[in-house]
Amino acid sequence: MRELIFGKLTFDALPHEWFTEGGTFFMTLTGLALVIYLTYTKRWKWLWQTWMTSTDPKRVGIMYMVVASAMFFRGALDAAIIWLHQSLSSGSNPGIMNADHFQQIFTAHGDIMVFFVTMGFLFGLLNYIVPLQIGARDLAFPFLNTAGFWLYAAGAMLINLFFVLGGDFAATGWLAQAPLSELQYSPGVGVDYWIWSLQVSGLGTLLGGINFLVTILKMRAPGMTLMRMPMFVWTSLCSMVLVISIFPILTITITLLWLDRYFGMHFFTTGFGGNPMLYTNLIWSWGHPEVYVLVLPAFGIYSEVVATFSQKRLAGYGSLVGGAIGVTAFSVLVWLHHFFTMGANADVNAFFGMMTMIIAIPTGVQVFNWLATMYRGRIRFTTPMKWFLGFVSTFTFGGMAGLLLASPAADFQLHNSLFLVAHFHTMIIGGALFGIFAGITYWFPKVTGIKLNERLGTYAFWCWIVGFFTAFVPLYILGLMGATRRLDHYDTATGWQKLFITSGVGLLIIALGTAIQVIQIVVSIRARNKNRDETGDPWNGRTLEWATSSPPPHYNFAVIPKVEDRDAFWVMKQKGLTKPKRYEDITLPKNTASGIYLSICAFLVGFAFVWHINWLAIAGIIGGIAVVIIRSFDEETEYVIPAAEIKRQEERHAPRT
Amino acid sequence: MHPEHNSGKYIFGFWVYLMTDLIMFAALFAAFAALRISTFGGPTMKEIFDLPQIMIETLILLMSSFTCGLAMLAVFRGKKKLSFLWFGVTFILGLAFLILELSEFRHLINDGQSWTRSAFLSSYFALVGTHGLHIAVGLLWILVGLYQIKTRGLTPFISSKLVRFSLFWHFLDIVWIFIFTFVYLMGVAT
Repeated sequence: MRELIFGKLTFDALPHEWFTEGGTFFMTLTGLALVIYLTYTKRWKWLWQTWMTSTDPKRVGIMYMVVASAMFFRGALDAAIIWLHQSLSSGSNPGIMNADHFQQIFTAHGDIMVFFVTMGFLFGLLNYIVPLQIGARDLAFPFLNTAGFWLYAAGAMLINLFFVLGGDFAATGWLAQAPLSELQYSPGVGVDYWIWSLQVSGLGTLLGGINFLVTILKMRAPGMTLMRMPMFVWTSLCSMVLVISIFPILTITITLLWLDRYFGMHFFTTGFGGNPMLYTNLIWSWGHPEVYVLVLPAFGIYSEVVATFSQKRLAGYGSLVGGAIGVTAFSVLVWLHHFFTMGANADVNAFFGMMTMIIAIPTGVQVFNWLATMYRGRIRFTTPMKWFLGFVSTFTFGGMAGLLLASPAADFQLHNSLFLVAHFHTMIIGGALFGIFAGITYWFPKVTGIKLNERLGTYAFWCWIVGFFTAFVPLYILGLMGATRRLDHYDTATGWQKLFITSGVGLLIIALGTAIQVIQIVVSIRARNKNRDETGDPWNGRTLEWATSSPPPHYNFAVIPKVEDRDAFWVMKQKGLTKPKRYEDITLPKNTASGIYLSICAFLVGFAFVWHINWLAIAGIIGGIAVVIIRSFDEETEYVIPAAEIKRQEERHAPRT
Repeated sequence: MHPEHNSGKYIFGFWVYLMTDLIMFAALFAAFAALRISTFGGPTMKEIFDLPQIMIETLILLMSSFTCGLAMLAVFRGKKKLSFLWFGVTFILGLAFLILELSEFRHLINDGQSWTRSAFLSSYFALVGTHGLHIAVGLLWILVGLYQIKTRGLTPFISSKLVRFSLFWHFLDIVWIFIFTFVYLMGVAT
């Protein structure tokens, strides 16, 4: 009877270790403080109406950024623990925790940083910027967008839930490789938490991918042909094409793993004819293109930044577009380089090795395009530009390491070593994360109407750059010396400890950089009267997002701009900006709470399957279907803002140029 | 409420969704292809597939695709009752298909050849079962559609939903043709 109601969830499962109890304590305290604050300031209604149920991509975008920032601190904390443990755990010193706990932490670190930090930031930027850059007022499917965000948020909750509700997290590495992730070897609920947090948030990503693809292809302002789109829109389009091509594979792969664990199937088991290598193939045919999903939008951000701050047109726009498309196409043909050591024959390995080297060409083309854009430009060394230059150096550095790894012969030596760990951190931090930072500093004035403090931004940048190389160059060396990844203990005779400690010092410098970034935002907002941008165009920008006020009105553009060339806003400025003569009614999507209800149902289904609470799973599925059906009856999903109201708002808020 | 130019994005978006669903099936087909000979001493494909019954299932599903087409013709001509009738027939045929498929599954499970028996059977149940699950979703969709036709008539809002349903239904038909060929016919032939 008890099992029927609670499944495998028992009192024994509840938190009883210092880190889970600490997590419970911290989360309860934060939650309580938030509830008290909201009640005290009577903000519940405001939160629900202006934010949670909003279909405005700008608000959804900001919510993505908030969740991603919170998850960034969780992931960074994990990184700090990993480094502290590895710096100490040598010889007779056992480090600060046991091997199982260590494994859970590096697993969580990887998953959180990829799925909930980088993806969250990118979807946040896409939500805010893409509609503005294509001169649209909202996305193609506003409801899908809020549903996608809330599914992402539900996934973020599921991955942290074990702190509060107990059990453990997967101790399998971030991709839960089979057969280690099978019931036989991971009997706890950790892998199930992994499965369902990724499944739920992955569904949100897939919905987002479909939504942005249709938005970019169908909702551009009149005159904006494909070859007049800003580069950020192009690379976002490529990234979304990848999302819709690969996330279905992820969905199926982890569903099959779940079928193994829940229904006793034998896809990836060691017995009954199961084939663990099938899992490796499937997960990496999602996993490798995923890296490009992360980095392509960042390429777009760099393109925008470098053109704006060189005050020049992008050099070789056509080849940049070609480069982005080339990367997209090749990215699905390289997955096998993650397991050259599997034992495929030499021809197969050679093919994937060559494809991996070839993909460096379209990537390299883009780097040269950016450098050529700077050539003879009137460069302003603002913080976004510094992030771009930091990216060029780190990304080139990491890319060269990648080319080394692409050779199967070298890979046999370097496979699963810290060299590899250092390589992909260089690509994701130097590529994607620096891009996100550049994007945040570049568009912060657009989102808030306030420019960020340049001096503090520069300090943060230098901390990150110096810290990054101090942290990761030792890992390259350690990898070459034979240190494997996910190492929880090593012999003193290896002489590795000094390098691990150096690397930890690098982490501290990065942490200082992050602290300065937080201070930068606080200081800039506190001195908002000094930093305010009234023009809506603080950088002398080139693309349409700068054509509207900062922050943009709910409807983005009072009159949809007509696009006559690439760098549409720049061209408009050359011709002289004119005030619109008359306004028309604007139709916008209404708020909806259906996305939240859908995500609550998905959360319950995930939670129920983790703990084998079948009645709750069925209830959640029925609830989710009911939400969709009820929503399908709703014809009044939009409302109209009358022209007179637009005129009134525009006269109050229009950019003062 | 929806301006005319908007209806295009719904159809296009639905196409994109169908393509993602197709990739999900592709991954399942890939798993099946990798595991089809991994019978682990259990039954092989030849031993368990009952082709005549599969043939009947196939014909029923193809027929339902045809009646779905007739229903859409009725929708485009604004014939409410006729569309109601043909969607009703589509529902009954879809239900018959699903019942036959489930009886096939039950038969296998009763013989001790369930998905826990071997990797081949796992991949078979997962692939064919996912298609069956889609059919079940489609059946639920028809019921909602029938109710919407009855209460609201063939308005542009409802018709646009029916167009998307018909895309979904034909899509499942195409996937089934692949299952019929690659799972059943090739399974019996080898």
